[in-house]
Amino acid sequence: MAGFPILSLVTFLPVLGMIIIMFLKKEQALTIKYTTLLITGIQLVVAVVMLLNFNYNAQGVFQQSSFQFIEKFRWIQVPGVSWLGTVKIDYFLGVDGISMPMILLTAIVSFIATLSSWNIEKSIKGYFALFLLLDTGMMGVFVSLDFFLFYIFWELMLLPMYFLIGIWGGPRKEYAAIKFFIYTLFGSVFMLLVMIGLYFSAFETLADGTKVHTFNLLAMMDPSNFSANGILSPFNPSNLRFIAYIALFVGFAIKIPMFPFHTWLPDAHVEAPTPISVILAGVLLKMGTYGILRISYPIFPDITKQLMWWIALFGMINILYGAFVALAQKDFKKLIAYSSVSHMGYVLLGMASLTTAGISGAVFQMFNHGTITAMLFLIVGVIYDRAHTRGLDEFGGLAVQMPIYAGFVTVAFFAAIGLPSMSGFVSEALVFVGSFSVEGIRVLSILSSLGILLGAGYMLWTLQRVYLGKLNEKWANLKDLDVREYLMFVPLSIIVIFLGVYPSGMLNIMTTSVNTLVNLVNNGFAKVLF
Amino acid sequence: MDVSNIIESLKLIKPEIAVSASLILVLIFDLIFHKDKKLIPYVALLGLFATGYFVIHQFGTTGFGFATKSTFKAFGMVTVDSFGTFFKLLILISAVLVLFFSSFSDEIKKTTDRLGEYYVLIFGMILGMFLMVSATDFLLIYLSMELLSLSSYVLAGFTKLRDRNSEASLKYVIYGSVSSGLMLFGISIIYGLTGSTNLYVINSLIQSPQINVLALSFALILVMAGMGFKISAAPFHFWTPDVYEGSPITITAFLSVASKAAGFGLLIRFIKTGFAAMTLNNGYWMLNPIFDWKLIIVILAILTMTLGNFSALWQNNLKRMLAYSSIAHAGYLLLGLAVFSNQGIAAILIYFFVYMLMNLGAFLIVMLIADKLGSEDVDDYDGLGYTSPFLGISLAVFLVSLTGLPPTAGFIGKLYIFSALIDAKMFVVAVIGVLNSVVSLYYYIRVLKHMYLVKPKIQPVEIIPGLSQKFLVLLLVVPVLFFGIYFSPIVELAKNCVVLLGF
Repeated sequence: MAGFPILSLVTFLPVLGMIIIMFLKKEQALTIKYTTLLITGIQLVVAVVMLLNFNYNAQGVFQQSSFQFIEKFRWIQVPGVSWLGTVKIDYFLGVDGISMPMILLTAIVSFIATLSSWNIEKSIKGYFALFLLLDTGMMGVFVSLDFFLFYIFWELMLLPMYFLIGIWGGPRKEYAAIKFFIYTLFGSVFMLLVMIGLYFSAFETLADGTKVHTFNLLAMMDPSNFSANGILSPFNPSNLRFIAYIALFVGFAIKIPMFPFHTWLPDAHVEAPTPISVILAGVLLKMGTYGILRISYPIFPDITKQLMWWIALFGMINILYGAFVALAQKDFKKLIAYSSVSHMGYVLLGMASLTTAGISGAVFQMFNHGTITAMLFLIVGVIYDRAHTRGLDEFGGLAVQMPIYAGFVTVAFFAAIGLPSMSGFVSEALVFVGSFSVEGIRVLSILSSLGILLGAGYMLWTLQRVYLGKLNEKWANLKDLDVREYLMFVPLSIIVIFLGVYPSGMLNIMTTSVNTLVNLVNNGFAKVLF
Repeated sequence: MDVSNIIESLKLIKPEIAVSASLILVLIFDLIFHKDKKLIPYVALLGLFATGYFVIHQFGTTGFGFATKSTFKAFGMVTVDSFGTFFKLLILISAVLVLFFSSFSDEIKKTTDRLGEYYVLIFGMILGMFLMVSATDFLLIYLSMELLSLSSYVLAGFTKLRDRNSEASLKYVIYGSVSSGLMLFGISIIYGLTGSTNLYVINSLIQSPQINVLALSFALILVMAGMGFKISAAPFHFWTPDVYEGSPITITAFLSVASKAAGFGLLIRFIKTGFAAMTLNNGYWMLNPIFDWKLIIVILAILTMTLGNFSALWQNNLKRMLAYSSIAHAGYLLLGLAVFSNQGIAAILIYFFVYMLMNLGAFLIVMLIADKLGSEDVDDYDGLGYTSPFLGISLAVFLVSLTGLPPTAGFIGKLYIFSALIDAKMFVVAVIGVLNSVVSLYYYIRVLKHMYLVKPKIQPVEIIPGLSQKFLVLLLVVPVLFFGIYFSPIVELAKNCVVLLGF
């Protein structure tokens, strides 16, 4: 495997697909669809190949040597003069135990979302081209180890997403699309400023011994790479580092979305077409929490520790607020959207604990939420395709009419509630184990557990209103799932149940890296500073 | 001033001589072949290429030309350095592009009988701009600005097709003459205070403690009015939307890029030559504390970009919207100046190069669409992205780049401006800057919304650009994308062109 640019392959494969689609004719709708399916299929295979070659004992996080599938090339180099240091940016990709699950998730969700895109009818060529571009953006974020590259991929997704919601969305699509765009850009411009600040603070020593400013994330994690008077240097007594942390956190929090920056999410979800909702909930939201784990935590461990209570607090607010609002929804899709807000709260809570259990739970929850919520949105999509409405009170007794569909619904709903033997249970349990064990946030953890109860409340109530009871005669002619829909639900259900029964399958991937991260945050900087 | 000095100096202004020669050539050509105007653009193009040859040869050359007194031989009226040459190249490239735009433009085609004058006036503008970016004497500064202004006043109303052409021209004349009058007044005060019009001489004289600070500050603010007018910085920007909307698109494009570049070149050189005591080793300038340039420029910058962006939000006419957007961009560029360091100037040069590509590109597409649609109203763009995919995608690239999103070149420009600010620890200003770019997203994306998201009320017209038009568009789209991903060349170029001959 060594030397083969597998990460570039998995990242840029969709761009290749996009180029192929550009050369196809508008009328070749089916060819376009199969091309996309093939590309995302290959991407999935490549991701699985990566998993098979993955070294479970490699740390990653801050140590370049223990990252896997590394690709590092000089991308931009401009020799310096006295007033302008050498400009050097690397094309630097690598994977560790935290990004591996995300890569798998991206590949799986993209593949499923392609299947779910089958009945898109409007300008198919544009849709799939943008879809693939979005895929590249997502994958790129998870494999980048250079802040500049990370930022480019991060921003690369905005435009395709804007169009995918704006062109193929529902009645208020224009509003939802621009709201999504402006919110995210608002967050990312702050990220840009922090990125520049870090660039001017951190150095990297080149092979010939010269020190140059760098965007290399791993270099930024080592305090010895900071000069004493650097703007964001840990040795700089000013509170700029604190402000920068907050600014960066806001950038990520908007994407999660963390209360009070969540208001774009329900709009975007309700208006987006089903496959885009699947992508949005399945992958895009994870980028926020992934960014915090990959960038905020290891680069600013000192401040992370100061703020852990606040992160946990916002996690708790997310969990409870999301759940309460979900209870009040009359629109099926909006309910799922708010349940997402609630479930991402668990990720925040787990991360805030700074324990191995908590952060493993958080990363695992990111993966599980990705698969489970993808299923939930597909479930809504199935019903909406057939009935063209999503009102929770307009249905009833669908389980009679569509028994197989109802079966998958039950799996997804119970996984979302966190029933034992489903993947959601394990991750939520770990989150609570982690957060409860830390004295500082124990109260928040206890309060958050109310969210499970509320979650069961809105999920079961929905199950009852839509699927149980007497069949509403209006829907007596709804058909059950077809083969394509089977293909979407079966793999996801298998994953959800498999990881519920055998969670180590996923946890083993991340354990080493999560341990490293926890150690780094808890005492990494201390060694140098005190 | 002796003859040998003049001859030596002439060697330094070869590009200017080439422009003048081309101007005369076009004029003569127009007189001889007054029946057939088709050849004139070719003659003009030839002239531009000849000029380009001399400009490129001038890279690396430094020197002072036309010293006023033999005792001050080193301090001439004209200063040739890489900084000025960079701006000359920028002006020249945009002139070449505008020349191609003109050959496609329907507006210009309708006035073929006056085509000779059109190109003569464009050469007049170029000459004015070339002199502006290398002038280090108030006399030449004023004259070159007037040369540029007078040519552009006429060009703004050149087509005389609609009322708004004449309106644009008249407004331009009125605003222009007021601001140049103010500037002249400021110059006369400075002359009264120092007894010299040469910036180098003024620089050394105003360091003396006897200088009247109040009078000097007053004079400098008046001079800023003149320069602020040229770069359309708030609060001297009121002419911009009307003139940009009323002028032929080719001229609007030229004004928005080249004229602004010349204004910035002049402003930067004026401040550096007139007020910098020295450049520190880390790139920061030591400015004469007699006048708080930093405060003035920061205020101007914030005012300019905020006003530009917020006014652009309400515009339906695309030319008008781009006019406000160009005001906002002047604000970002002023941010780069506000740092008063080589880093800031390098950022300005990078930004200008990128801005030239994306802004000219946007104007080109608007022109191609307006020629078919007869309208620049954003509501008429509904559904255009589907019927004219090539133009739609290209315009999308330019607008995204103007917003400053990666992976387009516009992002690189913004990156360097904000890097310069962060490096100078001007955090609050940087935050205001990035928030402004979030605001700008709304009106740029609004055009895309109309092209792709809004259902058209009537079947949109299909616009198929010709092969040469497509080629020209690609000539701008490809670099915008390429430099967004691989920007070493522009950084390298800008880094080498920061050299300003002075203190």
